Amino acid sequence: MDFHYPRSWADALALKAEHPEAVPIAGGTDVMVELNFNRRRPAALLDISAVPELAQWDRADGHLRVGAGVSYTRLVRELGPQLPGLAMAARTVGSPQIRNRGTVGGNLGSASPAGDAHPPLLAGRASVELASVRGTRLVPLDEFFTGPKRSVLAADELISAFVVRPAPGPEQFCKVGTRNAMVIAVASFAVSLDPERGRVGTGIGSAAPTPRRAGGAEEFLEAELAAAGMWQRPRPLPGPVLDRFAELVTASASPIDDVRGTAAYRRHALAVMARRALSWAWADLMRN
Amino acid sequence: MQIRLNVNGVPYETDDVWEGESLLYVLRERLGLWGSKNACEQGECGSCSVLLDGELVCSCLVAAGQAHGRQVVTVEGLGDDGRMSAVQEAFVAAGAVQCGFCTPGLVVATEDLLRHNPAPSDLEIREALAGNLCRCTGYEKVLDAVRAAAGMGR
Ligand SMILES: Cc1cc2nc3c(=O)[nH]c(=O)nc-3n(C[C@H](O)[C@H](O)[C@H](O)COP(=O)(O)OP(=O)(O)OC[C@H]3O[C@@H](n4cnc5c(N)ncnc54)[C@H](O)[C@@H]3O)c2cc1C
Ligand code: FES
Ligand code: FES
Repeated sequence: MDFHYPRSWADALALKAEHPEAVPIAGGTDVMVELNFNRRRPAALLDISAVPELAQWDRADGHLRVGAGVSYTRLVRELGPQLPGLAMAARTVGSPQIRNRGTVGGNLGSASPAGDAHPPLLAGRASVELASVRGTRLVPLDEFFTGPKRSVLAADELISAFVVRPAPGPEQFCKVGTRNAMVIAVASFAVSLDPERGRVGTGIGSAAPTPRRAGGAEEFLEAELAAAGMWQRPRPLPGPVLDRFAELVTASASPIDDVRGTAAYRRHALAVMARRALSWAWADLMRN
Repeated sequence: MQIRLNVNGVPYETDDVWEGESLLYVLRERLGLWGSKNACEQGECGSCSVLLDGELVCSCLVAAGQAHGRQVVTVEGLGDDGRMSAVQEAFVAAGAVQCGFCTPGLVVATEDLLRHNPAPSDLEIREALAGNLCRCTGYEKVLDAVRAAAGMGR
């Protein structure tokens, strides 16, 4: 096995172009498990954990550009107020040890339907920045995932960053698992409210072949809120609106039975989480 | 591959490291530092916890090459001149040890917690140690030990 350890972004891209079979390793919290258990024997590892550019984030043109190598711990500490939904999700990832090493770039790279960063990033309408020696492209997150653990990432590409607007309003994230810490989501849900533009964003995790938005629920709620003038003068959300929203979220999912839960349970959990997350986000909005 | 790293203040150099092996393997099998335990090799139990450049990590999930040129502190490196650290003393005094397999990881995680948060609440202690499993399930004494080490007693 070869081990490449670029110390700059340009070197990382050049090495990936030269060795497309090399498996990138950032925090290693997914890759090392596969190596330790002989589930994967790549020809080479490309250690990108010492590439300084990947560990940076900045704000320009009203957007945050967050390097793929920023850990969950740093996300919570440095970006919590600007990305509250993502920070909530980050706090639920693994344990302190896992959050110190694990990165959003690695979460995206693994492209698991259960990845906790995905629902809040979908709800915030984030894009993923992919780079190679050929150039850089920005892919909307809902076009990034192509199947369970599959994405549009090409063999010579690396994920350089995700790009997202700082939360325009209240955000919430909910996750169901067998305990509070160290748990892969059985199902998860994120919501983001944008009072200024009258937009609603959603993200569903662990309840379809890929993380996905609940487009029908977003459109329904946007229309309801606009018609009732609720963005301008927020009042408590009527029960039937909450019910319909939850129903439409569930309708967007296509869960399966697996060791962590049944499809029926996932649908039920999603409806509960959708209702709760929206109620909490709306309560935040009414407070401000 | 060849790897140079500093463990507990001592510079080490080791040859013939397989590119896919973990820092935990290097510590135990190559450097003979058996304090960090190997229990799950999948990040679930925390018994391999070490500080990597001052950051709490599972050494089973760090590729050996990723530790090249870095500073590692293991449970062996916590005390001074053969004397136990305050956290280690507290674990002994509280009887927070049954079979002891999880203890090194818990001690390192507790050191890390108290460095960042010298007076943690019970909830903060539980959160900080959520990645450390004790199969003997002696968690109450562990909490006692952490409270004692933080100078809070009971
Ligand atoms: C004990 C434990 C608990 C966990 N709990 C959770 C949890 O609660 N929620 C959750 O979502 N996940 C969890 N995970 C999974 C894992 O921690 C996350 O997926 C994490 O985000 C992976 O990041 P990493 O930097 O460690 O990735 P790595 O393991 O380094 O890489 C993961 C994948 O992404 C690729 N990759 C990494 N960076 C890039 C890049 N910049 N460009 C292209 N490809 C890249 C790698 O080649 C690999 O295929 C857990 C893992 C463990 C071991
Ligand atoms: S051996 Fe590393 S976490 Fe269990
Ligand atoms: S004392 Fe036995 S595993 Fe914790």
